[in-house]
Amino acid sequence: MEDLKVEKITETLIQHSDVYAIALHHRFQWEEAQQSYVILFPEGMVKLHGGAGEVIKRVDGKATVGDIVAELKLAFPDAENIEKDIIGMFDMAYGKAWIRKI
Amino acid sequence: MTQTSLGESVVQKAIHNEKQGQSQAQNNGVAANITQTQPLWLLAEVTYRCPLHCAFCYNPTDYDKHTQNELTTEQWIQALRDARKLGAIQLGISGGEPLLRDDIEDIVIEAKKLGYYSNLITSGVGLTEKRIQAFKDGGLDHIQLSMHDITEEINNFITNTRTFELKKKVAAMIKNHGYPMVLNVVIHRYNIGHIKEILEMAEALGADYVELANTQYYGWSLVNRNQLMPLKEQIDYAEKITNEFREKVGSKMKIFFVVPDYFGNRPKKCMNGWGEVFMIVTANGDVLPCHSARVLPNMEFPNVRDKGLEWAWKDSPAFNKYRGDSWMKGPCVTCPEKHNDLAGCRCQAFLLTGDAESADPVCSLSPNHHLIEKAIEDSKNPVLASQPIIFRTDKNSKKYASGESRERVEEFHALP
Repeated sequence: MEDLKVEKITETLIQHSDVYAIALHHRFQWEEAQQSYVILFPEGMVKLHGGAGEVIKRVDGKATVGDIVAELKLAFPDAENIEKDIIGMFDMAYGKAWIRKI
Repeated sequence: MTQTSLGESVVQKAIHNEKQGQSQAQNNGVAANITQTQPLWLLAEVTYRCPLHCAFCYNPTDYDKHTQNELTTEQWIQALRDARKLGAIQLGISGGEPLLRDDIEDIVIEAKKLGYYSNLITSGVGLTEKRIQAFKDGGLDHIQLSMHDITEEINNFITNTRTFELKKKVAAMIKNHGYPMVLNVVIHRYNIGHIKEILEMAEALGADYVELANTQYYGWSLVNRNQLMPLKEQIDYAEKITNEFREKVGSKMKIFFVVPDYFGNRPKKCMNGWGEVFMIVTANGDVLPCHSARVLPNMEFPNVRDKGLEWAWKDSPAFNKYRGDSWMKGPCVTCPEKHNDLAGCRCQAFLLTGDAESADPVCSLSPNHHLIEKAIEDSKNPVLASQPIIFRTDKNSKKYASGESRERVEEFHALP
């Protein structure tokens, strides 16, 4: 998760039981030309590197935050503090309205 | 056609969002990074024909030359395919009024197939239930509607048409079809006093995004500069009202306030850098790095009918001419801020100073900055300001294109 540098978050509203989906009018897709995942929305685009893409890829309106944390821990066993980074990514993505709570 | 994507607005927002997203920093425009450029944004100005006659339109005043030689549907589809291969991902379908073409449905379907995030930029004239349904089925991602004022009087005056009621109807139609509501409002002397009411209208219409785009002076708006430019105090006040409104509505409505560069100290990083992320294909197939590039002297712009987009983007002399900073001269070349703004806008520099490589005169460090100060003063001169507005009409365009009319363009170094 090296690419994912999130702002230091002391408090979070994200709960392990929460379920999120990509926000309305937003589209998440792999961009071959950029070799990265992106989120597209009116008038803008966010390029998600490495870890951020791995998190958002799993945001499907079904998996809970807890499910995603567990899955990523399995997928990246060597990453330290992965849970904090994942929660931080959810915080940021929700704060920026790229994802919505189900 | 509104000014939404002119200069700093759309591209800068994307980059800004990217930075906020903690992702890779964008190419900063230095020569070493030139090979990494990608035309992320493709703007298809599919026609210059338009039922509106807006006084602030940035389209070229001689647009009438290009209303008879528009690209065919097949040529547009090929351009979409080629640009996608180069990395284009955001597609703006604009004009003129794009809905005057009857093949926008085909273009939308192809855009969806190719994986573009597509945006129809429209005045709303010509949008029917049947067409919007076809766009929805075809996969159009969003529609950006231009609005002009809360009053019928100002809307109809500045567009020189009776379109006020229609715009409200179209806004509802866009919402009913589940599209995000993106409103673009070009701000000028006639509506800047109504910012609060305009934002209230946007909220009432259920807008998701509102762009308050202060007029920048290109094309018709340059011709009408003395008539359109508001006072600095009005802009400051409008920004204050906008900030207060933002706090009130929170995140449900995103409001962008695009600051006019005449009243800033530094120029905009125009198009986020020449040939870095933005590519425009015009109605007649010219490929441009920015909307008004055709005002520049001694430049031959590529055309999709000739060598295709890959050559245009990567190899054409026009796209390479102002990439990076090796073309710069003083005071920009030694300026510590040169990578922040890349010396501003080449078109503005040429139109106002006659030297395309000089600093954009909006910069307070430009030796020509007095031209901007004079323009601001002129706009306060009641004699100049009371000259009539020249509306964007085919008749006026023909006069400029033929050279018959030099009215209000003589002080500029190219036909705006």
